[in-house]
Amino acid sequence: MSDRVKIFLLLLPALSFIVLLFFGGLAIGLLRSFNYMPLIGLLEPNLEAYASIFTSSEFLRSFLLTFHIAFTSTVISSVLAIGAALLLRRQFLGRAVVNFLFQLNLTVPHLVGAIGILYLFSQSGTFARLAAEFGMIARPRDFPALVFDPYAIGIILQYVWKEIPFIGVIVLANMQSLGEDYESVARSLGATRWQAFRYVLLPLIFPGVLSASVIVFAFTFGAYEIPAILGANYPAALPVLAYRKYTDVDLAARPEAMAMAIVIALLSAIMIYVYVRYTRRRIRS
Amino acid sequence: MYRRGGAFTRGFRVISGAVLITWLVLPLIPLGIWSFARGWYFPDLLPRNWSLKAWEYTFSDTAGVIECLWLTIFISLAATILSIIVGVPAGRALGLYRFRGKELVELMILAPTIVPGIAVVLGIHSVFITLGLNNTVTGVIVVHLIPTLPYMVLVMSGIFANYDPSFEAQARSLGASALKTFWYITIPAIMPGIIVGGLFAFLVSWSQYILTLLIGGGKVVTLPLLLFNFATSSRNDITGAIGMIYILPGILILLMTARHLSGRSSAVGGFGTI
Repeated sequence: MSDRVKIFLLLLPALSFIVLLFFGGLAIGLLRSFNYMPLIGLLEPNLEAYASIFTSSEFLRSFLLTFHIAFTSTVISSVLAIGAALLLRRQFLGRAVVNFLFQLNLTVPHLVGAIGILYLFSQSGTFARLAAEFGMIARPRDFPALVFDPYAIGIILQYVWKEIPFIGVIVLANMQSLGEDYESVARSLGATRWQAFRYVLLPLIFPGVLSASVIVFAFTFGAYEIPAILGANYPAALPVLAYRKYTDVDLAARPEAMAMAIVIALLSAIMIYVYVRYTRRRIRS
Repeated sequence: MYRRGGAFTRGFRVISGAVLITWLVLPLIPLGIWSFARGWYFPDLLPRNWSLKAWEYTFSDTAGVIECLWLTIFISLAATILSIIVGVPAGRALGLYRFRGKELVELMILAPTIVPGIAVVLGIHSVFITLGLNNTVTGVIVVHLIPTLPYMVLVMSGIFANYDPSFEAQARSLGASALKTFWYITIPAIMPGIIVGGLFAFLVSWSQYILTLLIGGGKVVTLPLLLFNFATSSRNDITGAIGMIYILPGILILLMTARHLSGRSSAVGGFGTI
């Protein structure tokens, strides 16, 4: 058997699965978003669903909110993850235990994190009780709304909680494979600690941080259960809105749901483009 | 190397490290406490009455939590085994060979890890209607393969990149059949990858929510769906108990694979360097 045939046969099951189910799912979603459904006699594709969502203030507010959630969560998580990796790359007593605790929530599903954040930050949650203990508030409703709030603070807190270790572990592995020699050279040439970080280490770890952030951004833009637990009813995050539209009793809302799914897919396609561009550049260099 | 930092920077480091670790563990604590609480009202910092009621309910035959746990384990195991069967050959192709279009193939396999489930599952749902796969366990397992398969392929292609196929050729030249070679040479060599990739795949399937919700259509209730229902109906004590059960496999897997997850040979870290 030639190598070519071998490669083809080895890849066949995985690729046919991904092409059929993943890309097939996307393609069907795209067709239906154009109102094209030959099975039930809709044979003339049109852009009505897109026209309808792009002129609806609910969609636009939802899109902006979701973008805000994804962008803010990604930036805060990345910065804190770099800080965490800088702390954890050192030798210290109890490092194994700290490393274990640092990675613990990598395995905890987002849904559990969301419920935990709810119990911590709701108006009758742990922090509200602490505030009452110290006499800062008298009633639950005196506590600022940090969940179900218009700024999606609870959702962002959940993502920051979950994604610090995700990005952190990647950055840490990155730092450990680089070693500290580059920084030592910079330091011995008179760079301050900050300069050695800013001009030597940061550019070296940046591609890794970026590729991890891209994954986090796409995830936080498209996750359903976290905003469903912690988000306000209106405006809801885009995945929640899309699900609501899809399961609406009015079947005419389905193309709109599909159009929203396509918007989410397009945004993640942009993320994949960024990811590939930066990882390729890294492989070349 | 470095000048030792002053007492100030050292103190800063210890404090920020402590804050970091506390923050990462914190959300799990009220969940754990709630599972043992019996009425825990504002502004009590700790429950006045402790009880095992929530746990008794969770393990009772009538609650259906245990059935749901078995179903979730079954679905995740099935998705894992299928990922291994389909993913190992693909990992071998990507790890051992260079070929035209390899980057495109890698990209296609990587895409489902980045594109959110909701973006594809609505389309799949409308196809599954005609195939009769909606509201079935089979349908849920199939759809779980979308997120699990890429991880399996990624881990296996890393394993095969450091694999020497000439051992197989030697076994064959000494008279071993293709099947024997596969069983006695290939499988033992790639076993660590199958284990790590399999555990990854299991956890990824274990934490799926929206795919199960939509394709299962409320008929296939896995643990996260049950957890969501209790959480949104303010049964905090039962939510706490189910939540504790739900995170257990992940913590066990982390304990088992701590070596693989930390330091240079980071399996998770490896993901960022693909």
